[in-house]
Amino acid sequence: MAELIYDKTGRLIFTKEMKEEYTILMPQMLPVHFGMFRQLLELEGYHVDMLTTNHRGIVDEGLKYVHNDTCYPALLVIGQLIDAIKHGGYDEHKVALFITQTGGGCRASNYIHLLRKALEKAGLGFVPVISVNLSGFEKNPGFKLTLPLVRKLIYAMVYGDLIVDVANQVRPYEVKPGSADRRTEVWEQRLVRYFTRGKGMNRGAMREIFARIIKDFESIPVEGEQKVRVGVVGEIYVKFSPLGNNNLEQFLLSEGAEPVVPGLTDFMIFKVYNRMVDVDIYGGKWLKKKVCGILKSYIEGCKQDMINALNNSRFRAPGTFEEMHKLVDGYLGDGNKMGEGWLLTGEMLELIHSGVPNIVCTQPFGCLPNHIVGKGMIRCLKDNYPQSNIVAIDYDPGATRINQENRVKLMLANAKNMAQA
Amino acid sequence: MSIRLGIDIGSTTVKVTAIDESGKLLFRSYERHYSKTRERTLETLLSIKDLLSGQKLTAVITGSAGLGVAKAAKLDFVQEVYATAAAVNKYIPDTDAVIELGGEDAKIIFFGGALEERMNGSCAGGTGAFIDQMATLMNVTVDELDKLSENYEKIYPIASRCGVFAKSDIQPILNQGGRKEDVAASIFQAVVDQTVAGLTQGRELKGKIVFLGGPLHFIMGLRKRFTETLQLDEEHAIFPEDGDCFAAMGAALCSEDYGEILYEDIIKKLEDSKNVVSSVDTLPELFETKAQYKDFTDRHNSFAPPALDIKTYRGDAYLGIDAGSTTTKMALIAPDGGLLYTFYHSNQGNPVSIVLDCLKEIYSLCEDRITIKGAAVTGYGEDLIKNAFSCDLGLVETVAHYKAASHFNPDVDFIIDIGGQDMKCFKIRNGAVDSIMLNEACSSGCGSFIETFAKALGYSIEDFAKLGLFATRPVNLGSRCTVFMNSSVKQAQKDGATVEDISAGLSTSIVKNAVYKVIRAASADDLGKNIVVQGGTFYNDAVLRAFEKELGRNVTRPTISGIMGAFGAALAAKDLKLEKSALLDKEALSSFVHTAKPLTCNGCTNHCSLTVNTFDSGRKFISGNRCSKPLGKKALELPDLYKYKYEKLRALEGKGNGDGSRGRIGIPFGLNMYENLPFWFELFTKLNFEVVLSPESSRSLYIKGQRTIPSDTVCYPAKLLHGHIEALAEKNVDGIFYPCMSYNFDEKCSDNCFNCPVVAYYPELLAANMPVLKQVKFHNPYVGLHRRKDYEKIGAAWFRETFGIPEKEAKAAIRSAYAAYDAYKADIIKTGEEYIDYARKNGLPIVVMAGRPYHIDPEINHGINDLVTSFGFVLISEDAVSHIEGFAPRKVLNQWTFQARMYNAARYVCKQDDMQLIQLVSFGCGTDAITGDEMRSILEKGGKLYTQLKIDDISNLGAVKIRVRSLMAAMEERNRNYA
Repeated sequence: MAELIYDKTGRLIFTKEMKEEYTILMPQMLPVHFGMFRQLLELEGYHVDMLTTNHRGIVDEGLKYVHNDTCYPALLVIGQLIDAIKHGGYDEHKVALFITQTGGGCRASNYIHLLRKALEKAGLGFVPVISVNLSGFEKNPGFKLTLPLVRKLIYAMVYGDLIVDVANQVRPYEVKPGSADRRTEVWEQRLVRYFTRGKGMNRGAMREIFARIIKDFESIPVEGEQKVRVGVVGEIYVKFSPLGNNNLEQFLLSEGAEPVVPGLTDFMIFKVYNRMVDVDIYGGKWLKKKVCGILKSYIEGCKQDMINALNNSRFRAPGTFEEMHKLVDGYLGDGNKMGEGWLLTGEMLELIHSGVPNIVCTQPFGCLPNHIVGKGMIRCLKDNYPQSNIVAIDYDPGATRINQENRVKLMLANAKNMAQA
Repeated sequence: MSIRLGIDIGSTTVKVTAIDESGKLLFRSYERHYSKTRERTLETLLSIKDLLSGQKLTAVITGSAGLGVAKAAKLDFVQEVYATAAAVNKYIPDTDAVIELGGEDAKIIFFGGALEERMNGSCAGGTGAFIDQMATLMNVTVDELDKLSENYEKIYPIASRCGVFAKSDIQPILNQGGRKEDVAASIFQAVVDQTVAGLTQGRELKGKIVFLGGPLHFIMGLRKRFTETLQLDEEHAIFPEDGDCFAAMGAALCSEDYGEILYEDIIKKLEDSKNVVSSVDTLPELFETKAQYKDFTDRHNSFAPPALDIKTYRGDAYLGIDAGSTTTKMALIAPDGGLLYTFYHSNQGNPVSIVLDCLKEIYSLCEDRITIKGAAVTGYGEDLIKNAFSCDLGLVETVAHYKAASHFNPDVDFIIDIGGQDMKCFKIRNGAVDSIMLNEACSSGCGSFIETFAKALGYSIEDFAKLGLFATRPVNLGSRCTVFMNSSVKQAQKDGATVEDISAGLSTSIVKNAVYKVIRAASADDLGKNIVVQGGTFYNDAVLRAFEKELGRNVTRPTISGIMGAFGAALAAKDLKLEKSALLDKEALSSFVHTAKPLTCNGCTNHCSLTVNTFDSGRKFISGNRCSKPLGKKALELPDLYKYKYEKLRALEGKGNGDGSRGRIGIPFGLNMYENLPFWFELFTKLNFEVVLSPESSRSLYIKGQRTIPSDTVCYPAKLLHGHIEALAEKNVDGIFYPCMSYNFDEKCSDNCFNCPVVAYYPELLAANMPVLKQVKFHNPYVGLHRRKDYEKIGAAWFRETFGIPEKEAKAAIRSAYAAYDAYKADIIKTGEEYIDYARKNGLPIVVMAGRPYHIDPEINHGINDLVTSFGFVLISEDAVSHIEGFAPRKVLNQWTFQARMYNAARYVCKQDDMQLIQLVSFGCGTDAITGDEMRSILEKGGKLYTQLKIDDISNLGAVKIRVRSLMAAMEERNRNYA
C-alpha cells in the first residue's frame, strides 16, 4: 500500500509506488486523440482508464462539489471523475486523477484546484491529482512528461486530427453506416502499435502513414450530394466533448449536415506561440522565445505534412496556423491569449473563408474569454461577411437540449436556404 | 394546389392555420394547451374536419414544443423563426424588422441587407410567461394588468436581463407602497428593454417594424411601451390582425416544400404517437407507501405550539408581524408562546391594507380581555409597517427566525427558510447567528414559482403538492433558476411526463437549489445536527420530504412553519418587556388613511426611486432611499474610503501640469482605469495631452451604449463601458485611449498577476462592436505595466510611432507615471490608516469592502457604501490593507492581481477584532465563483463572518440591507457573548 506523501505546500504527491499500484483516471475530451494518449501512457507503465461515462449523475456530482457558477467544463470534468471514483467500481484508495492545466488568465487554470477542493469536500482528500502541463507546474516523482513521451503525444495529436478530419468528411456520406468509425478504430490501434515499435514518429514515416490513412478513408464507399457543412468552434472542452455539447456532432449529422471541426493542433501551436508573443509585447528572455519558436515550427511542420497529404486527395485540407493568424488581423491583437483567445475568432474566419459560413459557436454559460472572442466578434463578422450564419450556443447544467437544438435548427434552416439561393 | 396547414405548438399555446392556394386564411385558432400539446392539437384539427376531410393537404408543424410532437408523430417540422420570416415575406413584404414575443421565447428578424434572425439566449427567458407570472404576483389577470398600465405616472427601472431579476425588483416596489399602475407599465417596459437590449446586439431597429406573437397581440400596454420606446409612428409599427398566428401561417406557407398528405393520415399519425415514450430523466419517488407518509406527517406534526382560544383568553399578548416579499404573516401570542391568532396571506401588492384589516380584526377579537403589550415587525416591509402602525420594534428577519426556531428546538444549529421569493439559511453557533447564506437572484423565486406554475396548470398549490407525493417517476428538472426550470418542464412535458411527476420534480429542484446553490453543502454534516426548516414553502410536504431525502437526515418542521418570522417577532416583542405598546389603537385604526406617491430623489447620482407614504394625512414615511439625504436629516458622514478614492480619481482630468498642446485624449472611466488612471493621467499630461474623462457612470449612460453590447451575460461594469465610449466620442476628443492588459501590476502576493479576460480584452470587443469607434481614433495597444523597465522602452516606442513623440521624452514621462501611480497607492494606504485610527478613537466598527477597484463606482455599487456607513461603520477598501499580508499559498490558483488583494485583506481582517469584511461581487463575474468559496474559507477559519453582496445593473437593496443588518446583529450577539 503506497504511503501518502505531501510536499511542502501540503499537496498530496503521486509517488513511484503509486505508479505501480494505482489506476489513473483521465477525463475524455476528444475520443480519438485521448484514446491514443491513454494507450501511450499505458506503454509508459501507467495504469490509465479513460472515462467515457455520459449520464445525468455526472452533472449532479459536479453540482454538488463545485461552485455552481463555475464554468460548465469544470463541473463536468470534476463531476465525471468523482462519479467514477464513487460508482466506477474502483478501490478509492488505489486511484489517482489526471487533469490538464494550461496556465493563463482564464478560470480554467484553476480546474486542478477546484478538483482538489471537491475531493476534499467529498471525503476523498487522499486521492492524488496529477497535473499534466508543459509549464513545469507541480512536479510528481511518480509521473514525468519526458521528452520522448511528449513527442509521442504530439504525433498522436496530429494523427488524431487527420483521422477525425477525414472521418468527418466521410461519415455523412458513407454507404454503410459505421464504416468511418470502424476505420478510425483500426487506425487508432495500428498507430499505437507503431508507436511502441518506435515507428511512425519521424516526419518521413509520418508522411507515408498520412498517405495510407487518407487512402484508406478514400476507399470507403460514399454516396449522395454535398450536404450543408457546419463549422463547430468554441471553448475547447464543449467544442470537442460530446458530454459537454450534448452530442452536437451527432445532432448535426442527424439533421443532414456535415460537421467541420477544426482540430487540436492549432490550439497547441497557439499556446506555444503565446509565449513568444509575450516576449514581443511585454519584454522578456529571447531564449524563451527561441525555444518556443523551435517547438512551434516543429508542430507547424507536422501540420504542413498533413495539409500536403490532404491536398493530394479528394478531401479538403485545413489552412496553416499562420494563414489563419493573418485573417485575425484587424479583429484581435496577438496578445489576446486567455482561453482560446484570438484562435477562436481565427477559426471562424478560416471556416468562412473556406466556404463554411454556417457555424455553431459553443461556449459554457458565462465563459469569460468567449464574451470577447466568441459572441463579441459575431457582429463584426456579420458586417464583414453578410453570408456568415453563426449561432452562439450556451452550455450549462440547466440549459435544456431542446432549447439548444431549436437554435441550431434555426441556423440550419438559414443555411439550407442560402445553399438553395 | 391544395390547402396548406400550419401548426405552431409553442410553450403555452397551440395555433392552427389553414391557407388556400392564394394565401387566403381559411381557418385560424389560438388556444392554451396546458401541457397537453398533442391532445390539444388533435382536438383543434378534429374541429375542422368539415373543412379538410378527405382532402390532400400539405402540413408542417413548428414551435418550441412542436419539435417533440412532430418527431413522435413523424410529421414534418420547420423552425419557428424561419416560418415567421416566410409569413412576413409573403404578407408584409416591405418589412425591415420583426419582433415576436412568445410564451417563453423572444425573437427578432432583420430584413433588408443581410437577413438576421435571432432568438433570446438561455439567460433571457420569459416574456409571455413572465408577464403571466408578474400578473399572478400582483394578484390580477393579464387583462387587468394591461388596464392598470394605462394610468401610469412613472416608470420604475426594472432589471431587464431576466424574469427572475425583474421579479426581485418589483417586489420591493410593491412592498414599499408603489402604485400598481406604475408597476404594471414598468413590467411592460422591462420586457421592451429586455428585447431591445438582448436581441438587437448592435443592429439598429428602424424602419417598418412588425410586432407578432400572443403577448403583443393581446396586451395594448405592451404595444404602447414598444412604440414609445422605439419612437415609431403608426405607419412604422405594424400589428397585423393575425399577429398571434404568424408562425403557424408561415408554417403553412413552408409546407409547400413538403409532400402532400391526407387529412385523415395526419389525424392518425397524431393519434398513434400517443404511446411514443421517450426517455425522461427521472428521480427516485418521494414516498413508497402511504404508511411511510403517515409516519412522516405524524413526526412533523408533533412540533406545535399550544393552541389557545382568543375568544376566551384573558391577559397579555404580543404581536409579531412578518411583512414578507409576497406574503404577510402575523402571530398573536400569549406570554408562554401559546398561539391566539395567526394570519398568513398573500399581500396582494399592498401589505399596508392587509395588515390594517388584520389589526382591526384582532382588536375586535381581543375585546377588553386581551392587552397587546408589544408589537414587533420583521421582513421586507418592516420599515413601512413599523411606521404605518407605530410598532415597538423592527428586527431583521434572521434574528426573528432564530428566535422562533430556538423556541421549538433550543439546540438548533441550522435554520433554513424558504419563502416565496427568498431562501435564507443560517448556522447558529454559541447562541448567535453565525454564518448567513441568502440566495441571490439566480436562485430566487422558487417558492412562488411552484405556486404560479400550479395555477397555470389549473391546480391550487395544495392540490399540486399532494399530487407529487406519490409520483412514481419524478422528473429531474435541474437546479438552476426558475427560468431554466421552466424550460426543463417544457422538455419534460414534451417527453410525456405527468403532472404528478412534474410536481415531485419541482419540489426536488427547489431543494437542490437550496442545498447546492445557496448553502453550498456537500453533505448533511455541513449543515448541522439540529436542523429547523421553515417558511411557507415547507408547508409543501413534497418539498419537505425531498429536503430530508436529499440530506439523508430528519429535520424539524414546526406546524407553524409559514409564520415563524411573525412568531419570532412576537417573541422579540415580549422580550422588550414594555409597560405599554405604542401600536396604533383601535380608534386610530378606524381613521387610518394611507397614500403612496412615487418620486425620484435627485440628491446624488444614485437617483433612488423613492416612495413617499403618507399616513393619516400627517405622518410620512419615505422608502427606497439608500442614504438619509431625502429624509431631510443632516447625515453624519463617517469616513468612507470608497468615496475618497472615487473623488480622487474623478479629479484626474484636464491638462495637469502640462499645456495640453498635443491634443485631447479621451479615457473611459471604467474597469481597470479605476486602478491605472493615476498612471495614465500623469503620463499623458506630462506629454502635454489634455485628459478628458468620460462622464460619471449612470443608468442613462448605460442605456446610451446598451444596444452595442454583444453578450448579455457579461458583468455590468463591462457593459457600462459602451456608454462611456459613446459619451467620450461626443466630447470632441482627438483620440480615445483604452489599452488591453493581460497582466496587471505585480504586487508580489500572488502566483501570477493577470487581469480577468474581460478586463484584459474588453477594448477589443468595443472596437469590434461600436460603430462610433470607426469615427474616432481608438488606441488600444497591448500594455504590460508589470515589467517597469521593459515598458519604459516598449511604451516609448509606441508613443514615438503613434504620436511622433521623442523616445527620451516619453521615457521620462513613463518614469514619472510610475512615480505618480506609486504615490497614489501610498496615499490610499495612508488614508486607510487614518480612517482606521478614527474608527478606533471613536469606538466604531470597521468594514473592509472587498471588491475590484471599479466597485467604487456608485453606479456599480448602487450606494452600498453609503448604506454601510449609515449603519455606523467606517468603511475602507481592500487595497488599503492588502499590502500588510505577504504571499501565502492558497487552495486555489492565486493568479489575478485584484483577486489576490481580497485574499490578503481577508487574512488581515481575521486578525482584527473590530473589522468585518463584505465582499462585493458583480453578477456574471466568473472569477468570483472561485474567490467566493476561498474568501469564505479564509474568513470562517479566522472566526469571522462571510458576507457576500451580489450586484447587477439594478440592485435590490432590500436583500443588501438584510445581509448588512444580519451581520450587525451577529456582531452584537458575539460581543455580548464575549463580554
